[in-house]
Amino acid sequence: MQEWASQLCENRQFGSKMTDSKYFTTTKKGEIFELKAELNSDKKEKKKEAVKKVIASMTVGKDVSALFPDVVNCMQTDNLELKKLVYLYLMNYAKSQPDMAIMAVNTFVKDCEDPNPLIRALAVRTMGCIRVDKITEYLCEPLRKCLKDEDPYVRKTAAVCVAKLHDINAQLVEDQGFLDTLKDLISDSNPMVVANAVAALSEIAESHPNSNLLDLNPQTINKLLTALNECTEWGQIFILDCLANYTPRDDRESQSICERVTPRLSHANSAVVLSAVKVLMKFMEMLPKDLDYYGTLLKKLAPPLVTLLSAEPELQYVALRNINLIVQRRPEILKHEMKVFFVKYNDPIYVKLEKLDIMIRLASQANIAQVLAELKEYATEVDVDFVRKAVRAIGRCAIKVEQSAERCVSTLLDLIQTKVNYVVQEAIVVIKDIFRKYPNKYESVIATLCENLDSLDEPEARAAMIWIVGEYAERIDNADELLESFLEGFHDESTQVQLQLLTAIVKLFLKKPTETQELVQQVLSLATQDSDNPDLRDRGYIYWRLLSTDPVAAKEVVLAEKPLISEETDLIEPTLLEELICHIGTLASVYHKPPSAFVEGSRGVQHKRLPGSAGSGESVESPDTGSAAGVSDAPPAVIPSQGDLLGDLLNLDLTPPATTGPPPPATSGMQLGAMDLLGGGLDSLMGDESEPLGGDLGGSSAMGAGFGAPPAAPAASFSAPVSGGLDDLFDLGGGVGMPMGAYSPPKTVWLPAMKGKGLEISGTFARRAGVIQMEMTLTNKAMSVMTDFAIQFNRNSFGLAPAGPLQVLTPLSPNQSIEVTLPLNTVGPVMKMDPLNNLQVAVKNNIDVFYFSCQYPISMLFVEDGKMERQVFLATWKDISNDNEAQFQIKDCHLSSDAVSNKLQGSNIFTIAKRTVDGQDMLYQSTKLSNGIWVLAELRVQTGNPTFTVCLKCRAPEVSQCVFQSYDAVLKN
Amino acid sequence: MINSLFLISHSGDIFLEKHWKSVISRSVCDYFLEAKEKAGDPENVAPVLQTPHHYLISIYRGKLFFLSVTQTEVPPLFVIEFLHRVADTFQDYFGDCSEVLIKENTVTVYELLEEMLDNGFPLATESNVLKEMIRPPTILRSVVNTLTGGSNVGGTLPTGQLSNVPWRRAGVKYTNNEAYFDVIEEIDAILDKSGTTVFAEIQGVIEACVKLTGMPDLTLSFMNPRLLDDVSFHPCVRFKRWESEHVLSFIPPDGNFRLMSYHVSSQNLVAIPVYVKQNISFLETGSCGRLDITIGPKQTMGKTVESLMVTIPMPKSVLSVNLTATQGTYTFDLTTKVVLWDVGKLNPQKLPNLRGSISIQTGAPKPEENPSINIDMKLQQLAISGLKVSRLDMYGEKYKPFKGVKYVTKAGKFQVRT
Repeated sequence: MQEWASQLCENRQFGSKMTDSKYFTTTKKGEIFELKAELNSDKKEKKKEAVKKVIASMTVGKDVSALFPDVVNCMQTDNLELKKLVYLYLMNYAKSQPDMAIMAVNTFVKDCEDPNPLIRALAVRTMGCIRVDKITEYLCEPLRKCLKDEDPYVRKTAAVCVAKLHDINAQLVEDQGFLDTLKDLISDSNPMVVANAVAALSEIAESHPNSNLLDLNPQTINKLLTALNECTEWGQIFILDCLANYTPRDDRESQSICERVTPRLSHANSAVVLSAVKVLMKFMEMLPKDLDYYGTLLKKLAPPLVTLLSAEPELQYVALRNINLIVQRRPEILKHEMKVFFVKYNDPIYVKLEKLDIMIRLASQANIAQVLAELKEYATEVDVDFVRKAVRAIGRCAIKVEQSAERCVSTLLDLIQTKVNYVVQEAIVVIKDIFRKYPNKYESVIATLCENLDSLDEPEARAAMIWIVGEYAERIDNADELLESFLEGFHDESTQVQLQLLTAIVKLFLKKPTETQELVQQVLSLATQDSDNPDLRDRGYIYWRLLSTDPVAAKEVVLAEKPLISEETDLIEPTLLEELICHIGTLASVYHKPPSAFVEGSRGVQHKRLPGSAGSGESVESPDTGSAAGVSDAPPAVIPSQGDLLGDLLNLDLTPPATTGPPPPATSGMQLGAMDLLGGGLDSLMGDESEPLGGDLGGSSAMGAGFGAPPAAPAASFSAPVSGGLDDLFDLGGGVGMPMGAYSPPKTVWLPAMKGKGLEISGTFARRAGVIQMEMTLTNKAMSVMTDFAIQFNRNSFGLAPAGPLQVLTPLSPNQSIEVTLPLNTVGPVMKMDPLNNLQVAVKNNIDVFYFSCQYPISMLFVEDGKMERQVFLATWKDISNDNEAQFQIKDCHLSSDAVSNKLQGSNIFTIAKRTVDGQDMLYQSTKLSNGIWVLAELRVQTGNPTFTVCLKCRAPEVSQCVFQSYDAVLKN
Repeated sequence: MINSLFLISHSGDIFLEKHWKSVISRSVCDYFLEAKEKAGDPENVAPVLQTPHHYLISIYRGKLFFLSVTQTEVPPLFVIEFLHRVADTFQDYFGDCSEVLIKENTVTVYELLEEMLDNGFPLATESNVLKEMIRPPTILRSVVNTLTGGSNVGGTLPTGQLSNVPWRRAGVKYTNNEAYFDVIEEIDAILDKSGTTVFAEIQGVIEACVKLTGMPDLTLSFMNPRLLDDVSFHPCVRFKRWESEHVLSFIPPDGNFRLMSYHVSSQNLVAIPVYVKQNISFLETGSCGRLDITIGPKQTMGKTVESLMVTIPMPKSVLSVNLTATQGTYTFDLTTKVVLWDVGKLNPQKLPNLRGSISIQTGAPKPEENPSINIDMKLQQLAISGLKVSRLDMYGEKYKPFKGVKYVTKAGKFQVRT
């Protein structure tokens, strides 16, 4: 007491406030020891002060776990503050001291019976935060009581506790029936309890995508809508997000929900507003467009979105990312609100860039003058990134609004006159795009551009300028001089510039063959002989062969009509956009990526899709959803409608890799994707946007020669051998296409010598020439000879059984090993095992009988005739319910999609079709198990992304997990 | 939902962490600190960052970063709103939201955070509910508590927590019953070189200070409610009455709160109170430039423009300025290169003017960008949109409260381009 009093005096003396910062000052060595003594003090006040010091140390990251028993001893108290402090401590350290944490259980259980609801709730809440298995066992009973407590405060706390418990031990929660109790709470009389129950269920559902936890029907929806009006702002967010997952039965229900949700647009909490916007955006799809209410709703959506932009910058940013999606889906909502997106000079840069993006999306003939004036203003700002983007935006406007193109070009020319280096470079890059959109219209400015040639130091700008010079070589008198000047430092240029220069000079040559022969030879030899870059070499060879074999064809190819570019290039692909609209307000909407692409820990996110519109003929939906009028559950977004896929199959099919016939003649640029096995160079050649080669190259047989023949031709000669090339190409095709054989995992020890009385068995399974084999190595590590081997299997999931006796003919002497191969069949007795691919084996020898179990890769059971007809595949895919769909991710796999399908083919997983959407390859595959179960798969491979997504559909969904493991194993070996 | 919260100082020092689920190592903040390093200005750090295993969602308030970590899909606005609420609460409890104050009150901070969030779900974020559970620290109380062994933590369930009016506690008593409303409007505008309005809108809020006994039910009506086409309300406002009658009907929270915010965007309604005649130019050679700014009244609705302040962020290459102001004083900050001219009251008879020369580092090229001029001002007793409260009625209680409405118009982001 005295010590404390003197401390108080001291504080007074120095006039300092009594604050918690004093807890930070102790860093003495005996600190823990001192605290221990204080914690065990008899005086309540001293105890409390000590616990506070402990907590303070904890918050700054100091380890005070050594005080665990002493702090827990303070728990039995009627002082609520002290109790809370001890609980805080417990939550932090219980995990590291599980045995000690048990000491606290009794107090918790007692507190759950306390007459004060605050204490009951506190106890159940804290118990849920202690992530120790042993404690969770004791938690069940109190939790069950609290879920039915008379006090809503306790119930709402208990609802959250179920989610916590589920996170620690999902099985326990299911077994104890807590999920059902939680579902009952959705009908609770108190809105806060409802909101928390919804929140807890949503969180649990996230880890169980296929479980029907939140079974939404008109009754529950009604309850949610009632609770929506009365619960707190956070509860409203949970409820709205949950509502967004519902699909109304018809447009009337949809409208009535919209009507009840619209008042939320006026909420002060921006998250509530955005969640409401999500619900409305989604349900609006179902309203007929001629309905008055539809127009009203559209009008109501604009003001709240505008209001979001007057909030704090962080909120603005998220709002802007979402508005970006909304204006792509429904531009009419904000078409008159251009001005709110004007940039203020003190907006944070991340807000500025987003605003700019939306300005371009909203640009139209009506407002283009304003927009351009603004953009020009921005181009003189301080921030370089922003200025660049503003200049680019001017170019995008020109491409988007044709009427404004002229004004845009003159604005860009004005900007070039400023001579600010990065502005000039950006301007040249966008002018190139304008040329491509409006050919033969603005070429008069080329002279001005050429004046700035020397100041260009960024690869993109240089490449753009070179493209312009090459493209318009016939109008530029000194084009050859200009290009020659670039050629001097050829090897110091970036690849982009090198490729562009090569193409430009070839174009120049084709246009003015007489004067530039030397130049073209020079660049071809630079590209093919002195370069280490395969892309550049490949392109060089292609041109070389073309020019040498058929200059007319070369002209047709190189100077072909280029497809016009359009503003659509930067729009989000429609199916993705639809999915993102369903995820407004989430992280997915901020990143503009589907949730499945990046959310970790949610095992398989279900694809959401906008519901179809009812009745109205001008539906924007694809036909399959539109006709369904939103009654059906949305079909999976991953498979296109029948017509699309068929079309794709006709065009994009991969030829079966085993055939050695010539590849089908290619006619469109898209098809070249399928020929990727020829080499990466071609691919990148086609991928280059500014490259005018188009798809015509694909059909040219000269190309094959290019790949086949070694670069034997002397530099000056334009005649290269064509003959052997084609054969080479076919060899190549055949080679790549050969099955590589089924994957077989390495041998593992099944029976260690310790357990086998000296007999060690290691083994693996393989499928060779259609026969399943068990390959084993038997090693005798005992002192005596082993004889009389025999083997037997327990009943198993797929009826695996030995097809013959175990062939160990000679006795096995000590320290000797023998390799045995046991052929298996699948006609044995069947019993479902857990895991599915578990196999229990008994091996007998002269010493004893030994039992072990092993797991076989399910890929062993994939039969050779597992290739499904395309039509059948499509029908089956649609036929299998979505509940049987499972999604997995394969990480760290660096194969191209073609390598993948080859590899999988080796293990009898057959690729039926391939589609490419947005640089993502989708492989559709089928597999048949030995017992006739078909597994259908969609494998998504994104170039450059080592994580693949595989989506499996099967009438027997239990096998999915095993099949996925096989995918994983096959691809990684 | 929200897993963890880290408080990080302006300089990148992590001084507090709180976890609501399993503990996440503070090394996760490295990703954020890296982004902060890259952004340069702390205000430019993107609010949502992706790391291999977590998402970092942050706000920047009072020179502090509030960084939350989440592992699952969660609405980022929800998190940002919540973080702002945390900052508001600190401000409410400790008077300000600063590193020093938070450190001084760590234990209270910790208790508050525990009370505000459970398993990542918001639990109690209403200030009056929190204050019943954890009393704000005062010097007097901490002394009394130490002497009596009392505690800062309320022992009973707060009344507001579950009622239909969670924002108001029961049993409020005052001897002087009073209700004051401040209508505050801010003009956001961008004017171009010639003085034409590029963009203008009014952001308005009605801040209330209501100290009334019992459960009063208030109705606030406006002379011209149709002005407001875009409103957001405190949860206490009955939306139905607004839709049907355009009146604000509500049971108020106790104390200070923001009743509503609105915004008026149709440009013909936005009056611009001042005009700016300006000329800032840099010579092609000679490393110098001229500045000449005059400000005059435009549409002031008969009120005086007060607290007029002009801010001009100069290009980085500017070395110094030599200016004369006919009214008020000016300063030039050498590090930030900002000219700050404190004009004071605008006298329409004698317009304030600031002019003089600007010198640029020798050898530096003529600045590429044009500085923007930022205007700050205040007009008392005027809501520039013309909004007027006509009456305030109280039901449900018998006494007669004091009532008052004040109006003020300020410049928000009011920028003049040059």
